[in-house]
Amino acid sequence: MVFGGLDIGASATKAVLVDEKGRLLGFSIRRSGVDFAASAAAGLGEALTQAGLKAGDLGKVFACGYGRSNAAMAAATRTEIACHAAGAYHHFPRAITVVDIGGQDNKVIKINQRGLRTSFKMNRKCAAGTGAFLEEMALRLDLPLESFNDLAAKATSEATLGAYCTVFTATEVLAKIREGVQVEALVKGLFRSVVKRVMEMDTLNGAVVMTGGVAAHNPYLAQMLGAELDGEVLLPPHPQLMGAWGAAILAGRDGEG
Amino acid sequence: MTQGPPPIAATKMMKKLMADHFLGLDRAAREGSPKVAWCTSVGPAELLHAMGFDVYYPENHGALLGATRMATDTIPVANAVGYSPDICSYLTADVGAFLKGVTPLTKAYGIESVPKPDVLVFNTNQCRDVQDWFEWYGRHYGAPVIGVRTQRGVGDVHESMVEDIAAQIEGLVPALEEISGNKFDIDRLRETVDLSKQCTVMWRKVLEYGDKTPAQLSFFDHTIHMAPAVVLRGKPEAVAYYETLLAELQERDAAGMAAVPGERFRLYWDGMPVWGRLRMLGDLMMELDTAIVASTYCNSWIFDAFDADDPFRSMARAYLELFIVRDEAFKERYIQDHVELYGCQGIVFHDAKTCPNNSNNRYAMPQRFAEVHGVPTLVINGDLNDLRCFSDEQAKTNLEAFMEQIAEAAAA
Repeated sequence: MVFGGLDIGASATKAVLVDEKGRLLGFSIRRSGVDFAASAAAGLGEALTQAGLKAGDLGKVFACGYGRSNAAMAAATRTEIACHAAGAYHHFPRAITVVDIGGQDNKVIKINQRGLRTSFKMNRKCAAGTGAFLEEMALRLDLPLESFNDLAAKATSEATLGAYCTVFTATEVLAKIREGVQVEALVKGLFRSVVKRVMEMDTLNGAVVMTGGVAAHNPYLAQMLGAELDGEVLLPPHPQLMGAWGAAILAGRDGEG
Repeated sequence: MTQGPPPIAATKMMKKLMADHFLGLDRAAREGSPKVAWCTSVGPAELLHAMGFDVYYPENHGALLGATRMATDTIPVANAVGYSPDICSYLTADVGAFLKGVTPLTKAYGIESVPKPDVLVFNTNQCRDVQDWFEWYGRHYGAPVIGVRTQRGVGDVHESMVEDIAAQIEGLVPALEEISGNKFDIDRLRETVDLSKQCTVMWRKVLEYGDKTPAQLSFFDHTIHMAPAVVLRGKPEAVAYYETLLAELQERDAAGMAAVPGERFRLYWDGMPVWGRLRMLGDLMMELDTAIVASTYCNSWIFDAFDADDPFRSMARAYLELFIVRDEAFKERYIQDHVELYGCQGIVFHDAKTCPNNSNNRYAMPQRFAEVHGVPTLVINGDLNDLRCFSDEQAKTNLEAFMEQIAEAAAA
């Protein structure tokens, strides 16, 4: 049996297909754009093609993310908190703390060893520390966002950026540029800013699993968080797919039930 | 879409009472008689009624600005003249509306403006903002601003504190005599305190219908039906209203009606309502089969201490015993007692950006509830009036995820 999961996020729509054991069969990542329904349908179609499957092969589909209610093909919706938790626990079936850094919001989700959520927190209504913050900074620095991970990893020093607000940080960055601070050090400073925002959301105890697009594209950021925590930071395969993957797993559980 | 229960018939009576209240104030302000006193929502209203004033509550007007979402346009006007977006958004919405020359009373009752005050009487038991708010109007109208300055962070309520507040309330009498032209009459004060007592006893009974399973009324109903307890306490109309409402609730209870048909979960709400999103939040909780059965906010108009035999001291005690005046340990105990009493499976803390005194999440209380008491908690960011500080999507996702968590734990 094949189950589908959709995570229609603020920036990207992710589609995942899994078998009854939650194993990945196919996936798609595309911009959410302005038509969530179309994006969800296209994403699911791409995932089916990748898996060599047809629409008729597909069992239940669950959807999460901001556009979850726009996915007409979804049998039910779940929050992205439930889905990231299910996806992360599928890969690390023990007590874990999930840190999801998305395009527009961050989440810290605590899961006990039975896979039950015990608490969660989302960032306040502010983009500081999210993917949107890094996107804004890439624009200011006139650098491709994709170059950030390598630049930060190569840095031999780190710019200290103290502000909370994205706009204030941009002002700080401009001042550092004037001072001649190297771009690698600036990007590492921006990563540090993201790490600080995450660490002030909640206590991060035990094994931490990072999910979401920022962790997927910037594994060095996960390393920096690990160093700050002096603990284990785990990355599942395809961290950006974790919400959709979890949605597909929940659809499978529901389908079996 | 889940269907709610049939509307509460008593609401019609409440609408009439509220119309009479505002039209009476408008007439008094225009005719100059009786004199108009502005009063903070938990200020010494009984004394003002006893002195013959018509009493107007700007916080109620602030809530109306929020509920009608007019606040979104009026808050920036007050921000522009120097009132920070970080201070009370009742204040900024209200002062902004005045400067803009608008009021929700126009659409509701055909009233042009809020009633001009002859005196403004505050009690800082809620916060300092009410005093600053009244002083703005005092300067504008050249009207006297007097009031009571209450202790903060009170643990046990000691007699010395009660004596202090009672003396402050009594100390208002000479000024009120001069402004109203009426001589103070202790028997009249006893009558108004007695009426407030009757009102508060019945309002408590209304709220206690929340302990039925399923609950008869939810927090969203309470925020509507509390209006007479806020603006008409000390008057017979409030007593008559709650008699009518209680009789109806008894009938609805017997008929098996519920605030949330198919109620599966029960929550406690701490903090201010999000006035401009009551409907959205109420509908969402209904969809989630969840009744918010009790709240700190709506309980704040229960004044057990009122005693007609000892009016000044009992008013002092009633207005000092309030939740908002108390220390953190009292607040935690109070919420825990109510969570148990009402069988709540979780607590929603509303962190209102502009109302620190009514946002009880800021000193790690949610964490203590989760860790010490084993009660799941959720903090949603928002505001009482300033919808610039509230995200529908974030609130929705948070509340849905919270109920998923509670349902998951219940099923495990």
